[in-house]
Amino acid sequence: MRVDELAEQLGLECIAGKEGMKKEVTGVYIGDLLSLVMAHAKEGQIWLTVQGHLNAIAVAVLVNLPAVVLVEGIQASEEMKQKAEEEAIALLITKKGAYEVAKALTKWF
Amino acid sequence: MYLQFMVDGDDFLRAGEASAAVKRTLKQLGLESSLIRRIAIAMYEAEMNMVLHANGGKIEVNLSDTYLSILLKDTGPGIVDVNLAMQEGYSTATQKIRELGFGAGMGLPNMKRYSDELKITTIVGVGTEILLGYQL
Repeated sequence: MRVDELAEQLGLECIAGKEGMKKEVTGVYIGDLLSLVMAHAKEGQIWLTVQGHLNAIAVAVLVNLPAVVLVEGIQASEEMKQKAEEEAIALLITKKGAYEVAKALTKWF
Repeated sequence: MYLQFMVDGDDFLRAGEASAAVKRTLKQLGLESSLIRRIAIAMYEAEMNMVLHANGGKIEVNLSDTYLSILLKDTGPGIVDVNLAMQEGYSTATQKIRELGFGAGMGLPNMKRYSDELKITTIVGVGTEILLGYQL
């Protein structure tokens, strides 16, 4: 399953890092504490979080996550969008909560 | 190979650049991806600590055929109780830092978990040196 296919199915809007939309997704990780995300998220997982700032992209790059999904209508900072673009990490937004998005994702993972 | 980075202490949202640069370099050199991941996680934790707690510092990376060492030096407040700081969940981070997803109290535990060797030398009021070592 690719990021763009998931985004379409779940109605997630891509606001930056469109290049990352072609990447394969292998699973899902949910979390907001960056140290825990680094320790436990696995390569290829799509990451659901409320951290709409630059460091979230840094973490996604370090552990090879193809996409960051900002849930609960959280907005991304301009710096975050720029960094996502540079690093080709798909940055997606939704008004839905993490549980609702995750529930829909159980169809594939 | 020797790399050196000066880490700025006043903008932690921009921090992590040194770790990202080292990760890219190691990838180009063809190191195994699971090893690169361990190095990147431990170094990012150490780099973030340097920015969040010590107003930045200096990082030196030495790579030989058999060993990689990353030395992070700062002139920050030092760690009062290293044993306590090594405990998962213990943190001295401010509320503002926590809201951004830091301060989980996992920095030093992650450095230990994701390195082969971790040496902490710290003097309160003088600074801290963290050495992360990896057998290649």
